[in-house]
Amino acid sequence: MDNNVVLTMRGITMTFPGVKALDGVDFTLRKGEIHALMGENGAGKSTLIKCLTGINAFEAGEIHVDGIDGPVVNHSTLDAQKKGISTVYQEVNLCPNLSVAENLFIGREPKTKFGTIDWKSMVKKSEQIVKDLDMNIDVTQNLEEYSLALQQMIAIARAVDMDCKVLILDEPTSSLDDHEVEKLFKLMNQLKAKGVGIIFVTHFLEQVYAVCDRITVLRNGQLVGEYPIADLPRVKLVAAMMGKDFDDLAAIKSDESPVFTDDDILIDAQGMSHKGTIKPFDLQIHKGEVVGLTGLLGSGRSELARVIYGADKNQTGTLKVKGKEAKINAPIDAMNLGMGLLPDDRKAEGIIGDLSVRENIILALQAKRGIFKLLPMKEQIELADKYIEMLQIKTASRETLIKQLSGGNQQKVILARWLATDPDFLILDEPTRGIDVGTKTEIQKLVLKLAKEGKGLIFISSEIEEMLRTCTKMAVLRDGQKVGEITESLTQESVMKAIAGGGADE
Amino acid sequence: MSKIKKITGMRLFLPIFCMILVMAVNILYDVASGNFALNFFTISVRNGVLYGRLIDILNRGSEIAILAIGMTLVVSASAGTDISVGSVMSLAASFCCMLLAGYGVSSTNDLAVPLLVGVLGGVLLACVCGAFNGFLVAYLNVQPMVATLILYSAARAIGLLLCNNLIVYVREDSFKMIGGYLGFIPTPIVIAAVCILIVAVILKKTALGLYIQSVGINKKASRIAGLNSSRIIFLCYVVCGLVAGIAGIVASSRISSADSNNIGLNYELDAILSVALGGNSLGGGKFNLAGSIIGAYTIQAITTTLYALGVSSDVAPVYKAIIVIIIVTIQAPPFKAYMKKRSAKKALAKGGAAA
Repeated sequence: MDNNVVLTMRGITMTFPGVKALDGVDFTLRKGEIHALMGENGAGKSTLIKCLTGINAFEAGEIHVDGIDGPVVNHSTLDAQKKGISTVYQEVNLCPNLSVAENLFIGREPKTKFGTIDWKSMVKKSEQIVKDLDMNIDVTQNLEEYSLALQQMIAIARAVDMDCKVLILDEPTSSLDDHEVEKLFKLMNQLKAKGVGIIFVTHFLEQVYAVCDRITVLRNGQLVGEYPIADLPRVKLVAAMMGKDFDDLAAIKSDESPVFTDDDILIDAQGMSHKGTIKPFDLQIHKGEVVGLTGLLGSGRSELARVIYGADKNQTGTLKVKGKEAKINAPIDAMNLGMGLLPDDRKAEGIIGDLSVRENIILALQAKRGIFKLLPMKEQIELADKYIEMLQIKTASRETLIKQLSGGNQQKVILARWLATDPDFLILDEPTRGIDVGTKTEIQKLVLKLAKEGKGLIFISSEIEEMLRTCTKMAVLRDGQKVGEITESLTQESVMKAIAGGGADE
Repeated sequence: MSKIKKITGMRLFLPIFCMILVMAVNILYDVASGNFALNFFTISVRNGVLYGRLIDILNRGSEIAILAIGMTLVVSASAGTDISVGSVMSLAASFCCMLLAGYGVSSTNDLAVPLLVGVLGGVLLACVCGAFNGFLVAYLNVQPMVATLILYSAARAIGLLLCNNLIVYVREDSFKMIGGYLGFIPTPIVIAAVCILIVAVILKKTALGLYIQSVGINKKASRIAGLNSSRIIFLCYVVCGLVAGIAGIVASSRISSADSNNIGLNYELDAILSVALGGNSLGGGKFNLAGSIIGAYTIQAITTTLYALGVSSDVAPVYKAIIVIIIVTIQAPPFKAYMKKRSAKKALAKGGAAA
């Protein structure tokens, strides 16, 4: 092993039921290095870290830690800590109602010769620790007295004090403001100078370029590559994360964009926002227009759509539907205004697993009609049969429970649910995820057909080509904020540059 | 073979099977003790009213059956149980009797207010209790068990307060009739039948059943699909309170009094058991009202059978527990899977022998 290397993972493989979460992933961490682990949600970042810290058991592969002979297998976080691998998670995993000193020494309190806790030396050692890290705090105060950033740093201090060689920071900055992030980066640089290897997991691209030395990119459980930071400008990083080789992509020209007038405005959102998920945004959607929301996963594209639909209530801003101010408190209000939402999490928010295909199809229409106007069984059967035929849903019968269908067919049932309500405005969040290629094309055709009929649509997809084929306008999101719109020259290149944001021209 | 499969595959097969099992025990007992074999099913008219073990079961089982209606809906929509129904029964009875007798009166032969006022008052108060439970569960997201624990312990005491710490006796014929006889039929049977019928019609004619099941299976998805999940759960608890009120007044009329400490005692457990015996998952979602009702009468049949067998009421719960264990085991998925495997093996062995 290279003298400089503190941690090597080779060929780590792990499967969850039905999914290969990690497939032969390699990872190398050097001394005094801040190494970003990047990838979209579900790429395998967390799983890789959990394999390292002993939360998940991996099936194949080897882990080597500097100073320990032979391969290392951790069975618990405690196990990993003993071998010098410490983790600080997104949420502070400390006890807010205990003092800073207690938190620093939980589970490893200094003892007196009688076996009781030696408070004096605990406080003294704690003071030394925080002083070493240039923090000016009273260690006898309760942890909750301090800001989240300080708490985060105390968590790190605790990790570092346990003689760690490898420090894993799993999205530590997501709840911090810019000033706090800066403080954290300072601390990270101090630790780096001390020779600690830091694995930094984050969604924020700017932060990667601000503090990291090296980037490892994962996609769909596989290693894309390891790059020194200078070799991987933002656009290339985005391309690597999304699985597009930027240079090889032939730019697909979209059709000439149709012209919309102000009379055609269907949805007009002004300054709408939802705390913690999406910052205030404006968005206009015309009749017959397909608006794509693009950005990395977790950039707030689903959240934006959910605010318009009322799945998450907007805290600021106004929404006009067909020129009239709309008050939406719950999805049913949006539905009564002619909206529909196909959510991206099919299992959690789409299907009603124990109900039949028929019941799943008529559910939204029934909800719109109200409880007392039960759809006659004959009508229910007709509707179900119509959409099973139209969308070619593969099911044993209309009375089959939806949970017995394959993912793609479940998706079609949910699509049928919304088509049955005859919406004017339909939000499709990842409608083609987990669906075979043939059906994908069908759904894209359906989207274009609906637009031709004068309906407005929001189309969200991780596949840019799919959006280029269907959308007339794209809104770009980054870090929970709408950062721009692309209406002209919609190409893979322009979209990816917009997603990557500043520094894209490198 | 396929016919048997068709019958055993029916949703109501197991609840009905259990019911038949209890009946069979009765028949065996009668045969063994030299009585007429179908004693259990014999219905005669004595003193101008219906008489027989079957009638007794239907009569005594009325309260549990009425409670089972509400409990089924609550379990389905919220994947939790309402353990306050027994206490709410008692509270409704106390309030009703207090209204009928007047505050502080311990015994009356005349009604202080019209019967309807007393009954409606009791039922209404029970609805308020249901609404309280529903508010906690549906809007404050309190766990159903914890939310209903409040009234489980408080409702009886509130009833005692309303009755000025007395056992209020209402010895008046029109009130007695609720727990007595309507012509020659025991009134509770009629009341239970009407309740069941009304709810069955509502479930058949409106989308309530679909809404409740949908919310019970996937609350989040139901909301996205336009259902007001919280309101539906709330409604189920109100209905549960309502039926508890009705059951409480029936129970109170039977003994012509409001005995706060005893009316509806442990009935919540029987009501929950009815739902489980009816083949409904206590994890919420799909429900089968008919199953719960059959479950309720099965429980009463077990109790009545035990008394008929001469088991003393002190030890009866032990036997009841044993029978319930057997019934629940028969319905448990692992047992079903085991039986399926066994019969498959047998069929295979048979096939092998034939070849």
